[in-house]
Amino acid sequence: MPREHYLNATYGIRSWLLTTDHKRIAMLYLVSVTFFFFIGGAFATMIRIHLLTPTGLLVTPETYNKLFTMHGVAMIFFFLIPSIPAVLGNFLLPIMIGAKDLAFPKINLLSWYIYLIGGGFVLYSFSTGGLDTGWTFYTPLSSVYSNSAVTPAVIGVFINGFSSILTGLNFIVTVHTMRAPGMTWFRMPLFVWAQYATSIIFILGTPVIAITLLLAGMERMFHLGFFNPALGGDPILFQHLFWFYSHPAVYIMILPAMGVISEIIPTFARKPIFGYSFIAASSIAIAVIGFFVWAHHMFLTGQSTYSALAFSLLSYLVAIPSAVKVFNWTSTLYKGSISYDTPMLYALGFIGLFLIGGLTGLFLACLGLDIHIHDTYFVVAHFHYIMVGGAVMGYVGGLHFWWPKITGKLYPEFLARVAAVILFIGFNLTFFPQFLLGYLGMPRRYSSYPPEFQVLNVMSTAGASILALGYLLPMIYLTWSMRYGKVAGRNPWPATGLEWQTDSPPPTENFDVTPEVTWEPYDYENRPDLGLAIEGAPTHAHGDD
Amino acid sequence: MVYITLISLFFGVAITAAIVYFFFKYRRTHPEQLGVPIHGDMRLETAWIVVPALLAMTMFAWGAVVYVDYRRAPVDTLDIYVIGKQWMWKAQQPTGLKEINELHVPVGRDVKLILASEDVIHDFSVPAFRVKMDVVPGHYNTMWFRPTKVGRYHFFCSQYCGTNHSLMGGWVTVMEPTDYAAWLSGASEGNENPVLAGEKLFADKACITCHLSDGRGRAPSLNGVYGAKVLLADGSTVTADEGYIRESILEPKAKIVAGYQPLMPSFQGQMTEEQILNLTAYIKSLQSQPVPATGSGIAPATGKK
Repeated sequence: MPREHYLNATYGIRSWLLTTDHKRIAMLYLVSVTFFFFIGGAFATMIRIHLLTPTGLLVTPETYNKLFTMHGVAMIFFFLIPSIPAVLGNFLLPIMIGAKDLAFPKINLLSWYIYLIGGGFVLYSFSTGGLDTGWTFYTPLSSVYSNSAVTPAVIGVFINGFSSILTGLNFIVTVHTMRAPGMTWFRMPLFVWAQYATSIIFILGTPVIAITLLLAGMERMFHLGFFNPALGGDPILFQHLFWFYSHPAVYIMILPAMGVISEIIPTFARKPIFGYSFIAASSIAIAVIGFFVWAHHMFLTGQSTYSALAFSLLSYLVAIPSAVKVFNWTSTLYKGSISYDTPMLYALGFIGLFLIGGLTGLFLACLGLDIHIHDTYFVVAHFHYIMVGGAVMGYVGGLHFWWPKITGKLYPEFLARVAAVILFIGFNLTFFPQFLLGYLGMPRRYSSYPPEFQVLNVMSTAGASILALGYLLPMIYLTWSMRYGKVAGRNPWPATGLEWQTDSPPPTENFDVTPEVTWEPYDYENRPDLGLAIEGAPTHAHGDD
Repeated sequence: MVYITLISLFFGVAITAAIVYFFFKYRRTHPEQLGVPIHGDMRLETAWIVVPALLAMTMFAWGAVVYVDYRRAPVDTLDIYVIGKQWMWKAQQPTGLKEINELHVPVGRDVKLILASEDVIHDFSVPAFRVKMDVVPGHYNTMWFRPTKVGRYHFFCSQYCGTNHSLMGGWVTVMEPTDYAAWLSGASEGNENPVLAGEKLFADKACITCHLSDGRGRAPSLNGVYGAKVLLADGSTVTADEGYIRESILEPKAKIVAGYQPLMPSFQGQMTEEQILNLTAYIKSLQSQPVPATGSGIAPATGKK
């Protein structure tokens, strides 16, 4: 371990709470997003236990409605959206491009405090009556009829949005202005491309949800008539405004995870990624096209048929770049030198689960089919496959991949592989039955259901108990490894990125000397410094077949 | 469904098989071994952009056809008014017979539901029929279906609407036409005919003072107007459907009929959804009444003389 690094460079609580070091800020975010993950996870646990019986096992309908609402709000706004960008992105982006920090280090710290203040308002809402509007806050239920603590929650989410906007701004400016000499756009790691695309969505989309929630909150507080039809408002206007952000928001949640996968696969196949420029372009394409599909959440509101046709068509188009990525990742495995390390297991698990989630999106984008499966458990299964099977696997896989860099320690590999498999199995057992439930007609957000749906619900809950174990294990052993793990060294895998050329953990200024980049990304052939491909030893997997 | 399932299965299985195969076939056999550097392949990239795009278009097209048909109810439907409110459903049959959390329909007939909400957004869904539609306060939505099998089928509220959202369901009972007719007449006592109720409202709310049937009042005659095209002051036309009637009652200044002054007061806040539906039923019943030569809002027929 290096003697001095970012974790021990200065001591004391003030040196952490007032830090401007992007790596320390990433760690502050790690603690806070993990906290909200626990909160959201606790609600999920209660939901799945409650749904063991048709009449509901655990809580009253009022409480159940608060559970699924708060599960969604906590997980989406305070865990998923910040997770990879604010933890891994903050930590790695400057190092990956050879910079000392982000463009605006103090604004980076401000982003974290804004996040905390937003989180504080939301926690206040949760603990003083709770929130029962659904995370989607549809009006006039949220703005007129709900008796729960809507106003503080709406204020909290509004404030939290600025955390995203500032992070996005920081990332974009950093990528444009702070790349080290020789680090051209097409030499950047794909993780950086992914953060860049995500940041575009951060700054263009988030202001819309901010103003939308502000309007809904004002309607509630001052009895205005934006969305309340009794006062001349239009509830569907709310949905358009809400989904204009919330659809791109799902791309905020998945693009960074895709960036993680694009780093892991070349590393553990020991070859360049197949189709680098196509993957980079796909990230941008997803971010752009993703702004034009929002009303596929509204096919059955009574919107014009022409509108529905347009949004269905565009929704199919946005699937194409994602498919391109999946094909390219798979092709990277061809003739690779593949090792079964934990990050690779997470990456491959991601591809499998994202595949199912994405393919089921084709069902939902189909207008005729959506009539049947809209607002059923089919939708719930679809988005959990992408957000949990995709984004969370990407986050946890990324945490494992960069853990040695972040902490200087290795996690216990065997236990980690076991946990990854447990997670994958538990996840499928939890959510696959929900596709069937939805197709059979079980609506979502139901605290009680007809008895014929019980078997599948019990299967789902059983799976959830395994899934929970899959999450608990890494939380335990990763924490354990910080003290007791083996020392990692600079480049344990080894991988080709700039971040692996500096110490583990890195010094506060990231590099002793600003690097000059002369190599292409993921280029194992021309990197003798990695300690691979010794003279005379077999280098390629299979000669020239 | 089957089509998309098959395509999904094909790609899902193919990619998973490829991954599993590569995972084992190309596993590292020597600690310093590298993979073969293949940067990309233009033909492959083109292929796997074009082929999925074409397949996606077929999926889109098939779904679009089904949806367009769903959004356009056929002409000769059995119309039932359905009101959703926290947390129950009221359905009103054409004779005025009301049901709560139940819907009786005859088999083999096209049924159209006109959906209204009294409070928040609901959704009326019948999984067995593969149909649903949001019920949105502030405007009507319609949905249609043709039941093909006698029986009892769940219906659910499928848009989260508050505390008892999960309890807001019931049963659709599909009956043989003769049984349906018998049921309809058997339980009719005590239920007012919506047309008669609407006629009474038309007088009580003083609509009759302006909307004279002979066309000589301050407002257009409503004879024959339901379903016809109305000519508006700005030159455009609009079809007088349930939504137009409702808007005319609640927001009369939204669309002014050509040749008339914006005199009509709004009844916003003064009528329940049920009363509006009854007025609509009465106005529908005027379809076959003689249209006066002047004093009607109906647009003149266009076309070659």
